[in-house]
Amino acid sequence: MSEQLQRMRRVGADIAAKHAGSVDAEARFPHEAFAALKAEKLLGVMVPTELGGAGASISEVVALCHALGQYCGSTAMIFAMHQIQVACLVRHGLQSEWHRAFMRRLTSEQLLLGSATSEAGIGGDVRSSICAMEVQGARFKLSKNATVISYGADSDAIMVTARRTAESPASDQVIVPILKSDYRLEQTSTWDTLGMRGTCSIGYWLHGAGDVAQIMPLPYADISAQTMLPTSHLTWSSLWLGIATDAVARARAFVRAEARRKAGTVPPGALRLAEAVNLLQLMKSNVVAAARQYEAALASPELLTALSFAVAMNNLKTGTSQMAVQVVNHALLICGISGYRNDSDYSVCRHLRDAHSAALMVSNDRILANTANLLLVLKDDPGLFP
Amino acid sequence: MIRDVIREGGGLAVDIATLGDGDDLYAAGLTSHATVNLMLGLEEKFDIEFPDRLLRRRTFESIEAISAAVTELLDEKVAA
Repeated sequence: MSEQLQRMRRVGADIAAKHAGSVDAEARFPHEAFAALKAEKLLGVMVPTELGGAGASISEVVALCHALGQYCGSTAMIFAMHQIQVACLVRHGLQSEWHRAFMRRLTSEQLLLGSATSEAGIGGDVRSSICAMEVQGARFKLSKNATVISYGADSDAIMVTARRTAESPASDQVIVPILKSDYRLEQTSTWDTLGMRGTCSIGYWLHGAGDVAQIMPLPYADISAQTMLPTSHLTWSSLWLGIATDAVARARAFVRAEARRKAGTVPPGALRLAEAVNLLQLMKSNVVAAARQYEAALASPELLTALSFAVAMNNLKTGTSQMAVQVVNHALLICGISGYRNDSDYSVCRHLRDAHSAALMVSNDRILANTANLLLVLKDDPGLFP
Repeated sequence: MIRDVIREGGGLAVDIATLGDGDDLYAAGLTSHATVNLMLGLEEKFDIEFPDRLLRRRTFESIEAISAAVTELLDEKVAA
């Protein structure tokens, strides 16, 4: 296990797991876990070493999300969403002086990055914006009615999408990081949900400003296709796998305890446990294969914007999001009423509620519709290995 | 002919007649969803099939780029 992963395991077991219950019950930001993640310098791991980070690869970040997901789903989701923003900066901001300086600050001050991509009136399509950059000289202003800015109140900076100019079509977007000191948030909704209660995915009007140099140079369409989509699906899938892994760990412990009590007989839950472990392995293979595919494609913008790559990442998301619920449900059946109780060591209630968010956060139906559209032109791939 | 297909299937925010051959179609409002329509229209019009290696964003970024891809596929068809 890498030293980084050990530190993450420590934060997970000592802090995140301890507060997971109250974060969930009170639908509050996991302050304790993030103080610990910042103290362990885990927020800037992806930033290159010359800018103060650890130069972690996407696989390493995916492993960190997977580890944290085993202790607290909400904390892991916030960590993942932050890393997605960092990945965009690292992959597309290294040529720009402003973004290099920002990454240095991100690592030294352990800034937490939020994101404002969804907007009222666009029908959930984050590749469209209504709001636009208002540029005057070297400065810009921006107002966005964001339907969701997860952990917005606790972010240190927010990456915001908007149309390039007031004249640009809805799909011609840019993305810009705006610092906390340069924006004002007006809360427009609340967050009281079934699961993932700690992400505090509240709606806000965001009014921000900054220097034109802050605008990411590459169009958001490219950043989205090459980095934001694949990184989102990989980090999310891995933390969902983490949630499922912990549920199965509880089911394993339950079955072992049963077996010890009645030595010589195989407990009734053992067979279903075998099934759950089988599903978990499929889910894990899916995540690991997709992470390898992404890393193999990283050097080539051509490969990253290919339709076949988009379909593979879509499949990762829709597949693992469904399996997460399936696996946790198996764990619930195995643990029985002990799993159904909130006040038991074998409880998988929070796991199940958190896992149900997976198919909804970016709706699977929307992603499947996108895949369906791409399949109209994409040809069959008869090969086994890429 | 390519301009006709774009006019029908590209879903651009502006009139195609106002764009030059090298202009960025994505900046003119071409979405990835509409790119698929555009591809289908081109395949129908020119009786060609885009292989997977050409199914990427940059192939459709301008009329020039589309024209190069279509020409390449038509040449391959003649050679075959």
